[in-house]
This record gives sequence, structure tokens and C-alpha cells, in this order.
Amino acid sequence: MADTDMPVQPRRTGLTIRQRRRLSRGAQYVVFVAVVALVAVTADWGRLQNQFAQPDIARQLFPDIITVALKNTVLYTLSGFVVGLVLGMVVALMRLSSVGPYRWLASVYIEIFRGLPALLIFIFVGTGVPLAFPSVQYPGGIYGKVAVALGLVSAAYMAETIRAGIQAVPKGQTEAARSLGFSPARTMVSIVLPQAFRIILPPLTNELVLLFKDSSLVLFLGVTLEQRELAKFGNDLASTTANSTPILVAGLCYLLVTIPLSLVVRRMESRARREIR
Amino acid sequence: MSRPEVRIKDLHKSFGDNHVLRGIDLEIAQGEVVCVIGPSGSGKSTLLRCVNLLEEPGAGKVFVGGCEVTDPDVDIDAVRRRIGMVFQQFNLFPHLSVTGNLTLPQRRVLRRGKAESARIAAEHLARVGLSEKADAFPAALSGGQQQRVAIARALAMGPEVMLFDEPTSALDPELVGEVLAVMRMLADEGMTMMVVTHEMTFAREVADRVVFMDGGVIVEEGRPEQVVTAPRHERTRHFLSRLLDPAMAEVEPERPQGAGGDGPSPKRPPDPGLPDR
Repeated sequence: MADTDMPVQPRRTGLTIRQRRRLSRGAQYVVFVAVVALVAVTADWGRLQNQFAQPDIARQLFPDIITVALKNTVLYTLSGFVVGLVLGMVVALMRLSSVGPYRWLASVYIEIFRGLPALLIFIFVGTGVPLAFPSVQYPGGIYGKVAVALGLVSAAYMAETIRAGIQAVPKGQTEAARSLGFSPARTMVSIVLPQAFRIILPPLTNELVLLFKDSSLVLFLGVTLEQRELAKFGNDLASTTANSTPILVAGLCYLLVTIPLSLVVRRMESRARREIR
Repeated sequence: MSRPEVRIKDLHKSFGDNHVLRGIDLEIAQGEVVCVIGPSGSGKSTLLRCVNLLEEPGAGKVFVGGCEVTDPDVDIDAVRRRIGMVFQQFNLFPHLSVTGNLTLPQRRVLRRGKAESARIAAEHLARVGLSEKADAFPAALSGGQQQRVAIARALAMGPEVMLFDEPTSALDPELVGEVLAVMRMLADEGMTMMVVTHEMTFAREVADRVVFMDGGVIVEEGRPEQVVTAPRHERTRHFLSRLLDPAMAEVEPERPQGAGGDGPSPKRPPDPGLPDR
């Protein structure tokens, strides 16, 4: 442009940058509202309500959906989490070990169990292991079985998380502890792990949320009425009542737990960000 | 000189191809304060870290209090209890309070009781003038205060020797004095000390002996007034002139490869206001 006296000329469209930004924002809103309206108008709300939101059927679900199904879901999840945490810690320490075969074994474990669908592991634990070791009984019956299956799955993920947490603790911490006369094991337990766990608390809680959902796979292990968890419970009652309302209610029960957990994670993460300075 | 507290014999250490220590012989008598000075990369920190085996020497022997640190069968944790170490980056345990930083090592390593370790912790906090910070967490303290806590933590273990690895290099300039004051107090009390430092005033006034290292060897050593004020070697003179008046350093023209092995590029002494985190 030859006219250097007017450096901030409007472009060919005749709009300033601010005006164009506004136009683009407005267009996005229009598209968004149109899509929502289209879905709202074209959906058959009456049939949907009939199939998914029958108050009478929903009322029948209580209290069992809480006292049996939700309770079992929580129990399965927690037992799986505990097994996964302990096993994950062992695998993480093996990955960081100075012993070559330990590192190798841990890597193989992590790759295999992260690479397989949880469903296959459930089937393997439910049928494969009892076939291979007929004399071995899972302690706690179905609860033990679920704890092992969920634990095997989550341990692989948690091992990587824990390893990253341990490696995030500055090397100076280990050096300070060792120079004070701490043994390597003492250093790990008293100095490194407490700091590592503080770092990985948010991702571990995320793992808990994932496990909570994966616990629905219990239905592939074959459970009695008393052992049903949310997904199986909802599915069973949906077929007996020939209506999908139990599915919706079961879904809401999941959210009842997962949403608060997610909020806790978010708060922990923002606090951790603030502490980093 | 009374019997040597620290004895280093023909010490060598390499990191890969980098021969950092090329045969160091050094004795430190009981109650003696030795300051090790030298340009960065001269191996002085590595030498210090070899004394408590934070670095494993390639060859040579190190004795502390008559006990061979480099003996492969030595109980290194037991030896380290007798050697206090203070780091450039303080390395306080951030998950413990100031008192916790002082009591945990006593309890876990020395197996002292709760009351005894708390009493000793309070004693040493008072010595470094930080009694009122007993319940604070490290993150709430200034760098100078953190370093004084780190010194108190090492002292609470009752060491025979104290190693200082550039204890004031990460501090803001106005906080250096309070740490040096504590170190001077220790020296006056007869503590055996080995100090890697760039604080020439401290070296001149407090040290019994100054050791100048360059290129992995001890270039010269002697009384501080002699080494600091009237150095005999050109390398010492060159280093000291740059340290005492960094603004006078000139850009050295690049020399062709292979000329003069020990010609380091002009490096400023570490900026004390710049913790390398």
C-alpha cells in the first residue's frame, strides 16, 4: 500500500477486527441454537418419557438400587482400587528398580494390561484362572474376584502414574535424605513417597472414577441377585419391567458419585497449581 | 595439626569421558575450616560430594574419622550420620514442618525418642535463631531461613564434619549474611568444616585454609591471606580477579581447537540472585 499515512486501514470487507470477531461469535451462536432447537423439535419427547422416565417404575427401584446396587458398585470399586494401588506401587517400584529383570517384567505387565480391554481381563479372571488353578479360591468370593480383575486393570495405569510421581520429586530430596543417613528404603517411604502421592492425588482420583465405571463389567462374572451392581441391576429391571426407566435411574446414580469426585479432583488440581508459585 | 578428620587420597572421578577429578590429595584436621574455591566445572562440588559418597569416586580413597568411606563393605548410612551436608538448594523436606525436618531424621536414623528429638530440634533451631519458625513449613520461609533450618537439621544429627556445597549461591544477596553468620558461629565452636564457596570474604576471615581447584586438580592451597591476597599461581590470580571484579572481565577471543587445554571461556561467578530451579 502506498498510502503510509493510514496504517490501520479497514480490510476489504470494510469491517474492523473487532467487528469481524463479533460477527464470527454471532454466527457460532446461531449454529449452536439451531442444532439444539432441531434436536428438541424433532425428538419424540412423549415416547421418550414413556420409555425412560416412568415415575412409578422409578419408585419401585428404591431402596434396592441404593442399598444393594450402589452399595455393591462402591464396594467393588474400592476393593479393586486398593488391590490396584498396592499392585501398582509394586510395579512402579519394579520399573524404577536397578535390577534389570524387575524393570523388564514391570514394563511387560504395564504394556499387556494397558493394551487389553478390561472386559477380556474380567473374562480371563472369571474363567481362565479358575480353570488353571482349580484348587485356588478367590478370597471373599465374587468380591475377591472383582477386586483382582479391577486391580489387575488399574494397577497398570496406576503404576505409570506412581512412577511419574516418584520421578517428579526432585533428586535433591533423595540426596538430602541419604546424606542424613536414611537407607534407600527409608528414603523412599519417609521422604519420596509422601511427596509423590501429593503430586499424583488428582490422577489417582481420576483413576477411581474410571474404576467406578469399569465395575459395571462385573456382570460378565455371573452374579447373584444380592451381588448385582448398578449397571446389571438397571439392565435386569429394565427387562423385567419392559421399560428403560431403571437404566436412566442407574445412570443418575453413577453421576451422583462421579460428578462430586470430579469436582474434588478439579479443586485439588487448582490448589496444586497455586502451590507451585 | 591434630589427627586428620577427613583424608582424601589420590581421588579420581569421571562422568563419562569427562575427567572431573584428576588425583586429589587433601587432609582436613579436626576443627579445621577448609574453603574450596575455583571456577565452575573445576570439580570442587564433586570433590565435596565424594566425601559422603553422594558421588562414587572412580579411584582413590576417602577416610572420615578414621573410617574408610570408599570401602565397598562400609555401612555407608552409618558413616553419613557423622557427616552433615548442606546443599545449595537447601533441600528441606517440603511435606514436613521445620520441626518435622529436624526430628524425622533423628527418629528414623538415630532412633531417638519423640521427646528427645523434639528437645534437640528446639535447641538447634534456637542456635540458628529460628525458634519462632518451628511450626512453619519450608515454603513459608525465605531462602536464608531455609538454609539456616537445613544447617540446624544437619547439626541435630550430631555430625563430626560439616560439608557445605555453595550454601549461599542460591540466596538473594541480602540474605547471604545470616547464613554466613551461622557458619562462622560453627567455625568458632570448633566444627570441622569443608566449604565450597564463592564468598571470598568468608574464606579470608573464617577459613583456616583455602584450597584453589581448577581442571580437576588442586592448584594451590594455603593460609587464606596467602591464597586469596597473594596467590602464587597465574590461574588463581586470574580466577580471583574475575571473581572480585566481574565487571572487568573481557570477552576472550575464541582460540583454535586444541590450543591450551585449561582455557575456560570467561565465566562469571554464579549470580547469587538466580537460583537455578
